[in-house]
Amino acid sequence: MAVDQNTDAVPAKAALWRRPAFRATVFQILLVLGLVAFGYYLFQNTLHNLQLRGISTGFGFLSYEAGFGILQSLIEFDETHTYGRTFLVGLLNTLLIAGLGIFFATIIGFVMGVARLSKNWLIAKIATVYIETFRNIPLLLQIMFWYFAILQPLPGPRQSLSFNDSVFLNNRGFYLPGPVFGEGFNIVFAAIVIAIVAVIFLARWARKRQEDTGQQFHTVYASLAILFGLPLIVFFIMGSPLSWEYPALKGFNFKGGIVVIPELIALLVALSIYTGAFIAEAVRSGILAVSHGQTEAAYALGIRPGVTLRMVIIPQALRVIIPQLTSQYLNLTKNSSLATAVGYPDLVAVFAGTTLNQTGQAVEVIAMTMGVYLTISLTISMFMNWYNKRKQLVER
Amino acid sequence: MNKFHVIATSVALAAAFTTSAYAGARFDAIKAKGFVQCGVSTGLPGFSMADDKGSWSGLDVDVCRAAAAAMFGDASKVKYSPLTAKERFTALQSGEIDILSRNTTWTLTRDSSLGLNFAGVNYYDGQGFMVTKKLGVKSALELDGASFCIQAGTTTELNLADYFRANKMSYTPITYDSSDETAKAFDAGRCDALTSDQSQLYALRIKLGNPDGAVVLPEIISKEPLGPVVAQGDDEWFNLVKWSLYAMLNAEELGITSANVDEMKSSKDPNVLRLLGAEGIKGKGLGVADEWAYSIVKQVGNYGEAFERNVGMGSPLKIARGQNALWNKGGIQYAPPIR
Repeated sequence: MAVDQNTDAVPAKAALWRRPAFRATVFQILLVLGLVAFGYYLFQNTLHNLQLRGISTGFGFLSYEAGFGILQSLIEFDETHTYGRTFLVGLLNTLLIAGLGIFFATIIGFVMGVARLSKNWLIAKIATVYIETFRNIPLLLQIMFWYFAILQPLPGPRQSLSFNDSVFLNNRGFYLPGPVFGEGFNIVFAAIVIAIVAVIFLARWARKRQEDTGQQFHTVYASLAILFGLPLIVFFIMGSPLSWEYPALKGFNFKGGIVVIPELIALLVALSIYTGAFIAEAVRSGILAVSHGQTEAAYALGIRPGVTLRMVIIPQALRVIIPQLTSQYLNLTKNSSLATAVGYPDLVAVFAGTTLNQTGQAVEVIAMTMGVYLTISLTISMFMNWYNKRKQLVER
Repeated sequence: MNKFHVIATSVALAAAFTTSAYAGARFDAIKAKGFVQCGVSTGLPGFSMADDKGSWSGLDVDVCRAAAAAMFGDASKVKYSPLTAKERFTALQSGEIDILSRNTTWTLTRDSSLGLNFAGVNYYDGQGFMVTKKLGVKSALELDGASFCIQAGTTTELNLADYFRANKMSYTPITYDSSDETAKAFDAGRCDALTSDQSQLYALRIKLGNPDGAVVLPEIISKEPLGPVVAQGDDEWFNLVKWSLYAMLNAEELGITSANVDEMKSSKDPNVLRLLGAEGIKGKGLGVADEWAYSIVKQVGNYGEAFERNVGMGSPLKIARGQNALWNKGGIQYAPPIR
């Protein structure tokens, strides 16, 4: 078809279909067309047979009223909202656990990774035992351990463990006083933002000055002063526009304040500790990958051990750590779907669980859920690759 | 893991659709493979529960056994797939199981948009609440602000929301995958009340650490007709399951039991003779042996026997017949005639 016309139009040494580049392109186009056609066939076939079996199809169900409640929601939700909204609630709950998990796992991992290399025998052994224990017990068992063995045997609401009558812990959750923002808190909030921006500029200026003149500036103390001082001054000028709402036992349960449900605690603790053990190993491998000569050179220059670790070793170790860290972050995010084992309302439990079951539209719901995990994972991956590139530039 | 299970069955669902269904396909397939694959619960005393040797029994299990007796003349030709509430419909849609007999509520949505057919009602139920005696609650209307343990993917989740909305009360739902987990969480005090179909509440109460410490509240907040379900697309198989259940009901009505079924063969009552395959259409319409109903009664028993043995006075559950009595004994169990 197109090939014949082109042979006349283009005067070439060899016939068009004999050129390797042209043939490679044609084959690639054919392959893509074949794949698209196959995908389309699968899609049509599924649709046709779903219809044949009287199973509803399409995404119309997303706008139907859900009619069930969800334990924890970061956005407003009750049973009159739609199935589409249950998707959002589940998604946010998943992002919450993934975000918190990554935060704590990173801290635990870095501390334990460095601790395992410590010269202090006790600290090094404690880190070793931690890593070897938690890395080698299946995650699902750990989640169940925290939930069924640690949190559920806690006393009921009426016999709560309480601290100062404002913080309560019982088998229904961890209750904290919640902030109530009064009038004028917007200005305090603005002051916080200004302080953060100021600190960023200060750090840049201090760095430039050190590079130009060699003079050091006490960035840390100055930053802390700005970060806390400015908002506090504004806060008191505005007349302390913040009060606290304390949880109180009303009826069956505590009302008011912030509640952290035990399902979230169990999942978060298990995910952080489990993934933290892997990150610790990544950190250790990164540090060990930096030749010992670097440390000796730093000591020879009279740099203290703490600064050596922070300014010499870690920046170089990061190049080895980051790729491993990326895969641990991805693992943690995907492992968060084990939430369903303890009833934490994440995307899999709410959307791929209850919503799927109430609507019966398995193909659509599972496709959407898989799409979400793919998107989250690819986003984390992209960010970490970007960070990795930045760090790699340090290489000389 | 459930998630993998659902994903796997969804993929299988997509793959299974590459062959188109024709009438009687499943019926023939079951006949060829020689057993009925029956979807049951993960363990609900009285309805479907495996004993320590791994053999299943219960009112829901008996429906599967009856279908196997009608099909093969042997009630033991059944294999079981324990499913959570979340997994059950996908398993049936994908063809992994032949019958779903797992205390499943018959609703419009399920019957009309999931590609399923409900083959009758083997237990009329209603949703209730169970609380600890210590709580001192006498009525469900006193439960404003309470938290509830629920099984995910059930009509229970929806009814609870409706009930609290209608009565302008608030509640906290805590959903678990299996009814076992809900009972454990309730036992541990994670929730104030356990809500489910009332029959299940009695069954789950036995599993609690201290069964006497819990009470079932009097309110029934919904209609829960529970029955066996088959996939759409094979009316022959649908008919067989439906009439297996009806045969058990008709047998009770006619006074035929597993003990007297052989004597009844010489009965003068044409209704009895038709049921036992001595007269009338026999097994022709259903495409099975003439003594299909005889095999059911002989091997599984009539509905009344199955009820008493599994959930009634002959069982630890001790549930009264109530609305599950026959229509002529004050209940609403009514089967079309076999003629």
